[in-house]
Amino acid sequence: MIRCAVLQFPGSNCDQDALIAIRSFSGVAAELVWHQTTSLEAFDLIILPGGFSYGDYLRSGAIACFSPVMQAVKKAAQQGKIILGICNGFQILCEAHLLPGTLIRNRNLLFRCEETILRLENNVTPFTQACEKGQLLRLPIAHGEGCYVAQPDVLQELNNNNQILLRYATAEGEITKAASPNGSLENIAGICNREKNIFGLMPHPERACEALLGSTDGRFLFHSLITSLSKK
Amino acid sequence: MKIRITIMPQSAVLDPAGVATAHALEHLGFAGVHSVRIGKSIELDIAEATEEQLHQACRDLLSNPVIEDYHFEILK
Amino acid sequence: MNTPPITPALIAKHGLSSDEYQKILTILGREPSYEELGVFSVMWSEHCSYKNSRPLLRQFPTTGKNVLVKAGEENAGVLDIGNGWAVAFKIESHNHPSAIEPFQGAATGVGGIIRDIFTMGARPAFLLDSLRFGSIEGDTLAARANRRLFAGVVAGISHYGNCMGVPTIGGEVYFDKSYEGNPLVNAFCLGVLRHEQIARGAAKGIGNPIFYVGAETGRDGLAGAAFASRELTEESKADRPAVQVGDPFREKLLLEACLELLESGCVAGIQDMGAAGLTCSTCETASRGGTGVEVDLNLVPKRSNDLTPYELLLSESQERMLVIVQKGEEATVQKIFEKWELPYALIGHVTDDGKMRIRAGSTVVVDVPARALADEAPLYEREAAPWTAPALLDLKTVPVADVIMALHQLFAHPSIASKQWAWRQYDYMVQTGTVVPPGSDAAVFHLREADKFLAATTDCNAIYCHLDPREGAKAAVAEATRNLACSGAMPLGVTDNLNFGNPYKPENFFQLRAAVEGISEGCRAFDIPVTGGNVSLYNESQHGAIDPTPTIAMVGIIEKKEQITTQHFKNPGDVIYLLGELGEELGGSHYLLVVHQRKEGLPPRVDFAKEKALQNQLLSLIKSGLVQSAHDCSEGGLAVALAESCFARAQQDSKALLGATIDLGTTGLRPDVALFNESQGRILFSARPENATAIEATLQAAKLPFQRLGIVTTAEEIVIQLNGEKYQWMTRNLHHTWSTAIPHMMQG
Repeated sequence: MIRCAVLQFPGSNCDQDALIAIRSFSGVAAELVWHQTTSLEAFDLIILPGGFSYGDYLRSGAIACFSPVMQAVKKAAQQGKIILGICNGFQILCEAHLLPGTLIRNRNLLFRCEETILRLENNVTPFTQACEKGQLLRLPIAHGEGCYVAQPDVLQELNNNNQILLRYATAEGEITKAASPNGSLENIAGICNREKNIFGLMPHPERACEALLGSTDGRFLFHSLITSLSKK
Repeated sequence: MKIRITIMPQSAVLDPAGVATAHALEHLGFAGVHSVRIGKSIELDIAEATEEQLHQACRDLLSNPVIEDYHFEILK
Repeated sequence: MNTPPITPALIAKHGLSSDEYQKILTILGREPSYEELGVFSVMWSEHCSYKNSRPLLRQFPTTGKNVLVKAGEENAGVLDIGNGWAVAFKIESHNHPSAIEPFQGAATGVGGIIRDIFTMGARPAFLLDSLRFGSIEGDTLAARANRRLFAGVVAGISHYGNCMGVPTIGGEVYFDKSYEGNPLVNAFCLGVLRHEQIARGAAKGIGNPIFYVGAETGRDGLAGAAFASRELTEESKADRPAVQVGDPFREKLLLEACLELLESGCVAGIQDMGAAGLTCSTCETASRGGTGVEVDLNLVPKRSNDLTPYELLLSESQERMLVIVQKGEEATVQKIFEKWELPYALIGHVTDDGKMRIRAGSTVVVDVPARALADEAPLYEREAAPWTAPALLDLKTVPVADVIMALHQLFAHPSIASKQWAWRQYDYMVQTGTVVPPGSDAAVFHLREADKFLAATTDCNAIYCHLDPREGAKAAVAEATRNLACSGAMPLGVTDNLNFGNPYKPENFFQLRAAVEGISEGCRAFDIPVTGGNVSLYNESQHGAIDPTPTIAMVGIIEKKEQITTQHFKNPGDVIYLLGELGEELGGSHYLLVVHQRKEGLPPRVDFAKEKALQNQLLSLIKSGLVQSAHDCSEGGLAVALAESCFARAQQDSKALLGATIDLGTTGLRPDVALFNESQGRILFSARPENATAIEATLQAAKLPFQRLGIVTTAEEIVIQLNGEKYQWMTRNLHHTWSTAIPHMMQG
């Protein structure tokens, strides 16, 4: 049984969605874990869900990264545990320096909620191994601060190490400026760390796990995670 | 001329960002955080403007006079 | 504390008439204190007391077999949806605050309606918004101001709803001169709960402690209820203290904390502090509980210590609740509110003397019978102007427009154009229940915990209401039921938002009365209970009163997920039907407004018997699995409905566009009348060709008017044959006009 923690910060609001999505897979025991928790030893998989932790007032993720649970997340990261940050969770991981770069306001300064097409750039990670390289995924976004930026050397390193896992693409799979809903550098939608055990992405795979809601492509990512954890 | 404009939420108006940040500072170990107010600082570099024009810019565009106060200083 | 003496000028400043002041003297048997004057002023304002509308509202049908909590009993009505589950929903306006500060006005409107729902013990599931603004076209000062209002309101809704994690899944936006300077912002929220979870806003149990929970009190929105009960003037822009600032983060914590507290079973009564804040919540809970309350203002959490008792009583600071807890359960409140890091304070207790008694330390500042404030406001039947029907439209005075161009003009009008510019700013997917997102006749939401599918819509054509308020209100009800039917849903209940001008002007009061009659007639015809709502009067600017706008928000239930239907054509080769007659009523139509700049004539008539028969028939075809898509004909008539059906669900994906070829035959109607009339009771639907025989046999047997119009094509071309003429449009071009109209205007 894979033990999964879905972290709950004050202001998280996709925690239930993530819990429902992960519980729709067999072999997973998932629970909500409050941000005051200081140990995550009991878990194999840690999800930082979307939302507006602490209202995202100062900067998205800025206050949440000082929550007690984040010390435990850092420890889990060092232990090589699998950590997934979705939307606000991605922003928190960046603020906590577990992932490089940062997410700033969308170029058009407006919140954007819509379905996007993502091109999968690297399938040799625990998060993407059930996908094909170059596969197109339909996943929704819903964010006001999802424009990924990083220093040129950081970007170079991300590219060199194949840490960019998802880019916004056209329906034909092309990476064009127009395909990016937020102005991200190189259309980056999701990146992992060098060790490939931490993955942050702005799109919401948990919202694309049911045919009724329009797409089931999010299941590829969860399925990858679960398969790679089961092998461990 | 260079002008720095500071825009702050009016004192009677709730500043949610300030309240959340004050709580966060307490969690960080700061004792006795009395108040945090979060505003904006805008720097202008423009050819020329009278004080009245600057007031107009602040009033009509840069600040929201319904909930914010502003002041400006001419740097040089 | 020095308080000003009670003078006639002070009484007038509080919006109380001399008769009302006499009534206060009688109730108290003495002169009121300054604080008491303030308390009476807000509680007897239109916003809180509905003094000018309550007698009219009694006409609404409010009962039904599904009704668990009736209109007026609590903060929101509650309806049974089966299997022990229920829904609480309500619509409320925040028009005047949005006119002054669009972002915060709209945000706090959303915050207020969400609190109304979780006060009932329900978890908020989704939001809708019905918005109206002046024209956003062109480069005039007014257009610029209207664009700023529109952008600000949308951003405010987005800010609050998104942060709360409550999806905004639908609604409507209209643009019309009459809303210039007085936009309408009506926010709707629906929540889900178990029957046994229904919470009451009553102060029960003598001696029970009263807690204040949530954000600290500041000077925000001082006496906002009184503010909402006046006309907007240039001076009201200077009403600085009336602006409330919303904190959705605090509200999200308050929501979770309150639901956890309710779950613990220790709550005897709960009430949100909305309009008139602490005043309203204390006297209303006491009045409902048949008890009294005693509260010490010194114990209220405050943002600054220099707030006077008067200010504390009338402040409308957001994100606050009043909770009456079972005696001995004080520690539970402490535990939960400390977990959620929210202020809480024990501020008083329930008494047995029926009084609202407010102290500031040892000084009693208010001592008034609670019932007198909450339930005994004076009620008025204002004078209604006699009705003069508008002149019938003389078609001879309307030149036949080029219908090819006219359809483009209609799609370029922001009231008909795609509203994606607005709704893509709302998180409409959070909570993973949105099955039909914004952009179809009604939004459809899956209540996961109850495993029920709900459809929801807001509707009102204010042009119709302007021309004939009674018929317009009927049409709003009919359109809402039709939108639900097109989605596969049976109506469950209605919440209404009556937006009108100053009721002291007889023509406005007539409009209000006629609209209430129209809504009542419609809801009775469809046997739908009105479960509550909101009245917003004094919607006037220097240009006069707004067009009367009785917004109908309606919720329906879909039996099975297979019955969820959208307006978009699905497959080339499907047969297109018109259920209902072709119609010929052009009065009050958007064609007249947009193409001929005329707001005239009699609006289309509503025949409820016919409507009901058609809608029931459509639903039964949907249940038999025979319907691929269904779309009601509303603004812009049949031509707009047909083209919209060709636009795919993916709004930006022009590849998914379809075409249609239809033949309307030889009608004797002018082409503009045939294509753009807005006669009621018409539904455009499509079906697989192999089901055509079955459908036609059913409709013939039911003796319902229908017409097989043509087929869905891949040609991406819309072709209409009429009277031997052929009219053609490229779907792509119409789609372009429709999808880019608002973005272009907003860039201007």
